[in-house]
Amino acid sequence: MAVVARDSEPGAAAGASRPAAASRLMASMAGLDWLARIWWAFLSISLFAGLWELCWAMGWADEKLLPPPHIFLDNIAEQGRYFNTATRWQVGQSMTEGPSAFESVLITGAATTARVFVGLIIASVLAIGVGVLIRYYRFFDRLVLPTITLLSPVSPIAWLPVAIFLFGIGNAPAIFMVVVALFFHMVLATINQIDTVNTNLINVARTMGASKAQIYARVIVPAILPGMLQVLRMNLFGAWMVVLVAESTGVGYGMGQVIMLARNTFNPSLVFFTIAVIGVLGFTFDWLLRLAQRRILYWLPDTVERLRVL
Amino acid sequence: MSSEDAPHFSSKDAVVCRGVGKTWAAGTKRAHNALTDIDLDVAPGEFVVFLGPSGCGKSTLLYLIAGLEDATEGKLWSFGDLVETPSPERSLIFQETSLFPWLTVWENVSFGLSIRGASKDERRTVAAEALQRVGLKAAMDKRPDELSGGMRQRVAVARALAMRPRVLLMDEPFAALDVQTRARMQDFLLDVWRDSGASVLFVTHHIDEAVALADRVVVFTSRPGRIKTIVPIEMSRPRNLFSREAENLRIQLTDLLRDEVDRAFAEQEAFAIPA
Repeated sequence: MAVVARDSEPGAAAGASRPAAASRLMASMAGLDWLARIWWAFLSISLFAGLWELCWAMGWADEKLLPPPHIFLDNIAEQGRYFNTATRWQVGQSMTEGPSAFESVLITGAATTARVFVGLIIASVLAIGVGVLIRYYRFFDRLVLPTITLLSPVSPIAWLPVAIFLFGIGNAPAIFMVVVALFFHMVLATINQIDTVNTNLINVARTMGASKAQIYARVIVPAILPGMLQVLRMNLFGAWMVVLVAESTGVGYGMGQVIMLARNTFNPSLVFFTIAVIGVLGFTFDWLLRLAQRRILYWLPDTVERLRVL
Repeated sequence: MSSEDAPHFSSKDAVVCRGVGKTWAAGTKRAHNALTDIDLDVAPGEFVVFLGPSGCGKSTLLYLIAGLEDATEGKLWSFGDLVETPSPERSLIFQETSLFPWLTVWENVSFGLSIRGASKDERRTVAAEALQRVGLKAAMDKRPDELSGGMRQRVAVARALAMRPRVLLMDEPFAALDVQTRARMQDFLLDVWRDSGASVLFVTHHIDEAVALADRVVVFTSRPGRIKTIVPIEMSRPRNLFSREAENLRIQLTDLLRDEVDRAFAEQEAFAIPA
């Protein structure tokens, strides 16, 4: 998985203390690392689903309220009817026309993911930009930072009416909600990252005659990127939560809208099915971001290895 | 600079300090006088070591000479020019690694040139030449995290050399290295110094290092830092560090430092006892 091949694998030192056979086994497994990870993920989820099924089999969980996975995953075609209703339930269109149930689930999932993605991009660019400007211009700092600090503890839910007042319904309010949920925290995080940049790196650039603009562009911004990507990942799940709230107000189609529909029609199976889809989407998104992080920040060592030897 | 700014010394001197002092957080409750009354002349091509206990302000003086901090008292000149801002003529090398982790070795070395907008070909040529001088040309396209601590410091030296500095300022550059690597790096540094003709100002708290490297050792007192005495070392190079002469120097410097360390300890103990 590691993009940069390293001469000294930290794992090699750890392996030395283990019995030789075990370390040989580990070495032969190294190439199958991703397979092992999938196996563990499968095991983890199976265990959770298994406990749930057990509760159902023992009669502790009412299947009308807490339907176990084998029930809510049983009929995807049936569940899929509730997805993408905006195009499937149009006036004058029969239920058999338009995208199939499975396609509808995909379309709905993709629409929600796209809103999260676009919101995340806009929020990151704005927040890093504003954060850098705040540290670059003292005047801007004094003028803007108090307001940002004031607004940052406000729950994104409180912004929901504002989103609807400003953007009505559609994609825009959902994206606005994601941006507003992330922006203020990310500005403060950017400032914090800038303040903790290694002074030596800045001083090196200064002794080489770099201007303030050059120091920001060539030293400070690259130096804060690793931390900012970390902040982005932390906020990713927040973005997923907020987008559902926004969609439940009536974007037309989206995972939040399906949840709302399931609530209003008292359909626990649909609720759990939607939760499962959201979980898979969020998990995949985080995984892709981690992959991107490793590719963009090739110079960072794998810190997990440090703890593994303990 | 006009001559009236610098009336009492030759403008050819690499570094001149007159009455230099530094108070951190001046004017606040936390004001703390780190350095005071520093008068020092460093000739071009001279190797001067600053020796003193931790916290005696020797690094502060280096930062003042580099122009990274402003002196609160006195003035500094370098080759007749008043030191007000950092300059590529005075390169600073730090204790910890200060390479940019996102750049390759050669990009790190030519960072100063890219600031000036040099073309890629020119930067690569200069970087190759500087890396050649530190024996790391083969590592040009590697990344800093692929190098050992000693190699990283050699890259830092190459980066400083690529700016063709007239003064090399070194803040305990080998402190984080193991003893064997450090001895090799000292030999390496002497070679580089001889080739470049630059003056070197080298901060350390290791007496051995001072004896191995210096033309003159500037011994500092602790808190606030003053120049206690300057010990010239007239041994020829390459130096036999096991000779009687070297041993006598070590004894002399150890005695000079011991007083300061004792004083610093006494102060710390007095400070620790609640009044």
